[in-house]
Formats: sequence, structure tokens, C-alpha cells
Amino acid sequence: MSDSQRRLPAGGRLDRKQKVSFTFDGRPMWGLAGDTLASALLANGVETVARSFKYGRRRGIVGHGSEEPNAIVQLGSGAATVPNLKATQVELYEGLEARSVSGWPNLDVDVIALLGVFARFLPPGFYYKTFMAPARLWMTYEHFIRKAAGLGRAPQNPDPDRYDKINRHCDVLVIGGGPAGLAAAREATRQGSRVILVDEQSEMGGSLLSLGGSEADAAQLQWRDQTLAELEASVDVLLLPRSTAFGYYDHNFVGILERLEDHRGLTSPGRPRQRLHRVRARQIIMATGAQERPLVFANNDLPGVMLASSVRTYINRYAVIPGQRLALCTTNDNAYQLALDWQEAGCDIAVIADTRPEAEGVLPRLARERGIDVRTGTAIIEASGRKCVSGALLAPIHAGGKSLTGPATPVECDLIATSGGWSPVVHLSSHTGIRPIWDDEAIGFVPGPHADGPVAVGSAQGIYCPLACVEQARTEGAAAALRAGQGAGESSSPSPDIIAALEEPAQALFLVPHTKTTSRAPSQFVDFQLDVTAAAIELAAREGYESVEHVKRYTALGFGTDQGKLGNINGVAILADTLNQSIADTGTTMFRPAYTPVTFGAMAGGEVGDLFDPERYTAMHRWHSEQGAAWENVGQWKRPWYFPVAGESMEEAVQRECLAVRNSVGILDASTLGKIDIQGPDAAEFLTRVYTNSYLKLAPGKCRYGLMLHEDGMIFDDGVTACLGESHYLMHTTTGGAAGVLGWLELWRQTEWPELQVYFTSVTDHWATATLSGPNARKVLARVCHDVDLSDEAFAFMDWNSATVAGVPARIFRISFTGELSFEVNVPANFGRHVWERLMEAGKEFNITPYGTEAMHVLRAEKGFIIVGQDTDGSMTPDDMGMDWIVGKNKSFSFLGKRSLERSDTRRTNRKQLVGLRTVEPNEVLPEGAQIVNTPDQAVPMAMQGHVTSSYFSPSLGRSIALAVVKGGRNRLGEKVFCPLADGRNVAAVICQTVFYDPDGERQHV
Amino acid sequence: MLQIYCPYCQELREEEEFSPSGEAHIARPRDPESLSDEQWGDYLFFRKNPRGLHREMWHHSAGCRRYFNVERDTVSYVIARSYPIGEDPAGAMVEGHDHE
Repeated sequence: MSDSQRRLPAGGRLDRKQKVSFTFDGRPMWGLAGDTLASALLANGVETVARSFKYGRRRGIVGHGSEEPNAIVQLGSGAATVPNLKATQVELYEGLEARSVSGWPNLDVDVIALLGVFARFLPPGFYYKTFMAPARLWMTYEHFIRKAAGLGRAPQNPDPDRYDKINRHCDVLVIGGGPAGLAAAREATRQGSRVILVDEQSEMGGSLLSLGGSEADAAQLQWRDQTLAELEASVDVLLLPRSTAFGYYDHNFVGILERLEDHRGLTSPGRPRQRLHRVRARQIIMATGAQERPLVFANNDLPGVMLASSVRTYINRYAVIPGQRLALCTTNDNAYQLALDWQEAGCDIAVIADTRPEAEGVLPRLARERGIDVRTGTAIIEASGRKCVSGALLAPIHAGGKSLTGPATPVECDLIATSGGWSPVVHLSSHTGIRPIWDDEAIGFVPGPHADGPVAVGSAQGIYCPLACVEQARTEGAAAALRAGQGAGESSSPSPDIIAALEEPAQALFLVPHTKTTSRAPSQFVDFQLDVTAAAIELAAREGYESVEHVKRYTALGFGTDQGKLGNINGVAILADTLNQSIADTGTTMFRPAYTPVTFGAMAGGEVGDLFDPERYTAMHRWHSEQGAAWENVGQWKRPWYFPVAGESMEEAVQRECLAVRNSVGILDASTLGKIDIQGPDAAEFLTRVYTNSYLKLAPGKCRYGLMLHEDGMIFDDGVTACLGESHYLMHTTTGGAAGVLGWLELWRQTEWPELQVYFTSVTDHWATATLSGPNARKVLARVCHDVDLSDEAFAFMDWNSATVAGVPARIFRISFTGELSFEVNVPANFGRHVWERLMEAGKEFNITPYGTEAMHVLRAEKGFIIVGQDTDGSMTPDDMGMDWIVGKNKSFSFLGKRSLERSDTRRTNRKQLVGLRTVEPNEVLPEGAQIVNTPDQAVPMAMQGHVTSSYFSPSLGRSIALAVVKGGRNRLGEKVFCPLADGRNVAAVICQTVFYDPDGERQHV
Repeated sequence: MLQIYCPYCQELREEEEFSPSGEAHIARPRDPESLSDEQWGDYLFFRKNPRGLHREMWHHSAGCRRYFNVERDTVSYVIARSYPIGEDPAGAMVEGHDHE
């Protein structure tokens, strides 16, 4: 059928002068400005838009909004391609390229449908029944299923577009711009509230945009225009069209995705494509509307079976008539409006099958007056047709809706529209865990009660009459304003200013009975996207699944990208009926964010690339960079990993740096170590409580190494603390632990020991630290520091001194992490690079060598010094690390963690203990994390004895060294153990002491 | 995303500024050495984890750096109040008040 036959000559919210060309699966077509992709496809006579998930059945467009389960498309190609969009929500733009995401090799010839290969494999619960064993084949299955399932393809290249994020606050957030939302927003605005009104469509109005040309409809549209104009004129209102409130989170926090440019093209150079609004609202009004429920009958998935309200929308809003001869099946008065509009458009109506015993409302009577064949007590029980609908079977249905009362008769038609009533859109209101509750009168789930949260208005609350919607929304709008602190709670205009036809009660009907039983009748689809049938739900119930959540997972009902917006309520109702219980007792599954998919781009916003995470640089960063340093990320810090000279590999660079420190002198940027300035008369007492050792007798000018334990006795930080003066200390923490340690200190001071006078200040960034290490360290320092005697006698190991270094006031700490003679020179950060460069000059004669974190790690491992977080893992006590010597057992105060060291578990002798490992083959460097077993010839799983925590090749020793934790390891010195590796080898190693180099520690005392 | 009132800053601020610090009102035993392993284990490891009202400690880590207590419903996440360390509005709430 050509476009001219399907596009009505007049009407619609379209710009008829502006033709828009696009392609679908490569076929060129055109539509009009104002079309969605779906309306344009219908106008072009496209019937089949997808192949179904399991059976490869033809599927057509069913809906007109976010509920659409079938018309899932991929837009464009290359880096900007977007998968899994609903054609009903894609606004048409010039040059749009859309492809269906299912069907192989194409929609017309689908191999899966031809062979029927999947139907046999995919009964309900197929995940469990078919793919559980053998588990190793799952990857193969999954690959095939994903390809066949039509899930679209994610782009492979970086997104060319920019995205934006904004935080917002308002008094009243109204979600949904239909009649209820407009009325509530206007009322709140009149009360003086700052209002945000958000709606997912391109223009505000919701269901009003689908109205036809009748007098009542025209009046409603006029009301919409006036109301919107009033909102637009107010400075206190922010209108967000093309924006989806996708998630409702705690304390009235709402995520909104605004599609700024999606309707203009695939990419938006120079402008943000989408914007994420993070809204904190004082009050929220959910005017999310209701979705029409399709009726479930045999072959109801044939292209040409659509929702009544959607057909009406296509006629009135898009001027597209998706057929020539309509058969309508309804359980309510509302759908009659479609029949009237259809007739108005000049097309035939085969029949209106009304499932209710009688229909005497305003609209049904009007339909009869217009000569339409209205048959009450009748249902469409089956659609017929090969590629699309060519007819329907009608049958008389019992008033209870559970059985037929007579034989079926065929009727010719090319479009079947159905209405099973309305389901309030409760998704958003249940995002925080509030279960929706069944409302018999509304025949749907309505939002459950929120303690402090949103209020639902209009059809979202099960109020379907536009008149009542507007009235309730106005009342709630005023009430919300009052709760937000504006107005007096009185609605501003007393009488309803909207007109609508009154409707008779609807019938609750979910599964239309067939002449055959459900299991034998042609498939009656509940969830179109995942091919879940009524028979599958009944089967699940027969197999013992009774909880709706279990049935959901067993049948995959509602698991599609549409989250089962159309099928869930029908599915729940069919389950309830099968289990012979009420829908209220059966309950519904929960909905989670996002209501519709949100792009990763919008989630990330501007926080991509260099702005993904802040980087911290030391004062000497640029110098390192100029030397071509390779970087290691330590938390947010960038630290030089090693400094390769021309042509050097990492291994060669690290070995050279290590040997330079051992044989002459090296220089390390240690600025990133955490530094906390601690002052107050009780500082020493406080330190003694949080460290395992005592600081009460630490004199000014002296440093002490300490271990910090959590109350469970496990090491969580270590470092050197210097006594700067009376009641004044400088604590060093690990680079990564600085923030956590500060919080820990504050915790104890504020909560348990508020009587202690002690104050903490983070000074990490205030100081730059250059560590000179090696036998020539003193000689280098002496060239730029003249006001302090650097000799071993005057400036002993673990002392610190104030000094002038390269003309800059400095603190020099004589502490060592390499085992060599070391001076850590701390200067105010702004002098960092200056002092570093003077030290490099001073060291030229000794071939001073900058070294990075890797060499530092090798050097400290040669000495058996632990790194907290590498050699410990949160389950290591001081004794496990062989550091019992640092635990002050006789301190008067029971320091943090002390009591835990006496627990039966921490006293076990077979705990994992830190030991050294020497591989039997000296060049074999064990991988860190390698597991340790006693003998390799055991059955898998082997009995694990421990694991390797640090492992390097030591250039000073000319062999590999490793630190490891081994059960009872300190009593196993000299024993041989094995490390089974991933490549199948078993590497033999001998347990040894942890100190590999200079075991007596003489080198740091020179 | 919670919104938390800091009793020191006296402002309602975003959750991003705070870090949770576990159950409130757990006093460190005065003399840990006098406790049995079981008693010490209770202090260390056992927490109420109620369904309903719960008192918990929060740290305004990206703000004033003060610790304070919050009375929060673990089902609805509604925060009844925030109060400084050292205050104990005893009896003001029914701990773990059940919801269903």
C-alpha cells in the first residue's frame, strides 16, 4: 500500500510542507516533520518491523510510545550508532537511517522462523532446563542466543557526542505533561511554587495530543493550549519536554534524561546531545498516566493487531490510518472513541466486539447511532492472516469472561484494535521499593502509599475520566504547594474547566477464552518482546511456580527492554487465575530504574577522558615528565614508576635504579605519603592509643615507626611519626591510606575520647619530599645543606632536624625504606622542584639516579619491609607479619586492636605468617598472588598453604626474591614448597627469612 | 541518594558529602582485657541490623569532618533526625519497629 492511501489528506500535528526522507533496512522512504519513525513506517505501509525473540514470528507496531515492544530499531552506523530505540519514540529527521535489530538474514526471510529451530529449545524456563548443563557450553549458547535475539549492537568506537549534567532544585516536580500533570503544575505555580514539569514527548499534552476533532476533544485541546501558555509565561516554571524521568530515588531525588538533539540528527557537533538533570524536589507529583492493556487472544501478535488508543493516536496526531477495515475489541467505553474517529476518517468498521453483556454509555450509543455494528457479549478470540491481519474470529463470551457461549464466526478486516482497559504507570513510584496495590475499581495496580514521597494524580492513580483527573490534580497541586511552603492549599479555580464524556464501568478481562484450551489454542501472547504466551504462564504455574517473581524469572515475562510495560498485568492476572487466587494476592513484580534506557554518555556527562577522575601531581611532576618517567597510579596520585633512559626496558631501568641506590645514591619523590599534623597537649597520649607502640617518651627531634590496627587487631596502616616539638607531631601515612587514617583519628577523638585535647590537620599537599638514599646520600646533601651537622653522631638514624636546604627552610628526616643511609628532605611544596633540581646538581658527581616506585618496592622487599595493602590484606596481625617487636604489651591504655590480639583465632600458631621465598631456579620470578602448596602431586583442589605477596628479581642479589604468607611459615624455614601456576608449571621454592639483604641492618646506620 | 542534615553545619546536604560509619551508640568497653572472647566478639562484630528505625553514625567527611548520629528507617529510608555525638535521645524511638 502506498503512502498516499495511508496518510490522511488533512489533520495531524504535522508540518505537511516539510517532507523528511529516511531509510528503513536500507529502503528509502519519506515522512513528514512531526512524524515519529513508527508513524512514518505505518504511513509507508510497513507491516513487519521485527522478528520475535524465540519463534521468529513477524511482528508489527503495536503502540505509540514507551510501551512499544516490537518496533525496536538501531539508528545510524559507526561510532554514533544507537541500539534498541523504540521506533515510536524516535522523532523523524532528515537522513535518518534505521535498521530492525531482529530477523536474519532479513525481516522477510527469517531463518529461525523457517526452521523453527528455537521453538523446540525454548519452553518456559529454558535457561534452566536447557542450558544448565554442561555449564561450559553456556558461552556458546549465549553467543548464539544474543545474535538471534535481536538485541542490537553497541557502538565500537568512542562516542563523538558531548553530554551534560545539571543539578536542580524545585518546590514541586510534576512528572508527566498530560491533563493531570498540566493541571497540577498550573495549580502549584499559581500557589507560588517553583515548578519543574517534565514529559517524555516532544510536546506537552500527553493523551490530549491524541484527541480528534469532536467538540469535546476540541475543548480539551483548547484547555491544553491555555494551560501550557500560562505555564510558559511563568518565570517560576521550567518545562522539560523530550525528557524522561527515568528513576525515582530516596528523599525525592529524580533522574531526568533530556534529549536535546536526538530529534535533529544522529550526532550534534558542538552542542550537548543529551542532558541529565539531577533533581531534588520538595514535593513530587506523579502524573505518569496509564497505558492501555492489549487483550490476549490467539495470534494476537500478527502485524495489524494494535492498541486502540495507539491507532487513535496515529489517526489524530500523525494523520496515518494503519488499515482500511477495522475490527475493534474492547472491555470499556473509552475505545469507542477510536471507532468514531476511524469512521470520521472515512474508513470501514467491520465490527465493535464489546466483551461486556451490555454497553449503554454515551459513546456506545453514539456508535450505534452512526450505524456501527456493535456486538456486546462478544470477543475477538483469534486473529487470522499470513503476513498480517486479514480477518478475525468472533465468538460470544460469557459475562464472567472465562468461557465462550457459542460458536465462532469469521469477520474480514485488516486491522484489529484492542482495549483491555488501562494500567496506571506505577513504575517510577515503585522504584524505592513501595509495592503497588491492586485497585478493583481501576482494574489496575495503583502506587502504594509513600511516607514522605510522591503523590500520584490522574490516570496514574487509576482515575481515568479526564474531568475527574483534572479536578484531583488541581487539588493535589495545591496540597503539594502547601507542603512545600506555598499557598494555603486551596485550589485556585473552583469549577472544572474541561469537558469529557462520562463512561460506564469497564470489564476486567485479561485472557480471552478460545474454543480450544489455552495450551492447544494458537499462541496467545502476553509479552511480545520475549515471546511469553498465556500457555507458558499456565505451564509455569502447573510446574509449581507460584510467586510472581519466580514466574517472571522462569518465563522471562517482563525481562525485555520494554520491562513488560504491556504484558505484566495480563501475565499477573493469568497467573492469578491459574492459581485460583485474586490479583491482589498475587501481586506484581517490582520495577527498577531506568523506566526507559538511559545512555551511558548521559550518565558520564562531562566526566570523561581527562576529567574522568582528578589526578594529583607532586611539585616535581613536570620534572619527572620531562625525564620521560613512566607513571604508576597510586590512588589519584601520579607517581613515577621508573625513569627509562633511551632504549631501556622497564626491567633494565629498574635494575639500574636499584643498583644506583645500593652502590651510590638515588633520589625518590616521596611527596605523596600522607602527612597529618597533630597538635595538642594530649597528642602523645592519643598516638599511644591508636598505634601499637608508645609515643609518650618520644622526644622532640626523634621519629618512630608505628603500626595502626583496627579494633579487630588487623594492620591497616603504618608509617613514621616525628615529634616536632612539645605537643606537636607529624604523622606519615601510606599514600593510599591518608584520608582513611584522618577519618579514623577523628572518629576516636570525637566519639570515644572527646576529653583528649588533640587536633588533626591534613598537610599532605603542603610539603614536597625528596628522599636521598644510598651510601653517598650524606655527601650529596652536605653540598646544599650547611647549617646542620649531618654526621652519624650528630644526626642519628630515626632523628629529624630543621635545616636549610638549597636556601629553603626544610625538615630532614633520617629514616629509611631501602635499608641504605637515607635522608628525606621535606620543603614547602612550592620549593619542591627547586630543591629537587639542586639535589640533582649536587649529586651529579655521584651519578645520582632518580628512581621510581618499582625500584623502591624491590629495595624494600630485599629488606623484608612490608607494604600495607600488598603484603597485608586486612586479615594480618602484627605477629603474622613478624612484627611483634613493635607491639607495646605493657602500655597502660589498651590500644586499639590490642584485645583482639589475644583472641583464640589471632593466637593460632598455624596462621599465615610472612616469610621469604627463594625459588630453586634463581631466575624464576614468581607471579604475585601465586598460591603455595606443599606438594604438586595432589588432587585438585589442592590444600593451599598461602600465597606470594611480593615478588621481584633482585639485581643486588642476582636472583629472584619473594615475600609470602604461609601457614605456620616461621616454623617451616628451609622447607620446600611449590607454586602451581596458570601455565601448568609447578615452581619450587624454599622458605627463608624475610630479610634478603644486609640482615643486620648495618648499611642504614653509617 | 539521601539528603542528610548535619547537626553541626545545620544544613541539609547531599549524601555525597557523607560517609556511613555503622551503628551508633556502640561504646568501647572501658577495660577490654577483662572481657571474655565472646563479650569482646559481641562488641567487635555483632550489630543489630534492624528492619525499621535504626540509629547510625555518619561522618561529614567532605564537609565539617564531624561525626554525628542519624535515626533512619531502614525500610523507607526516612530520616527521623540527626543529633550530635554525646546526645542520646533515649526512648524517643522504638528500635527496629517492624513494618509489616
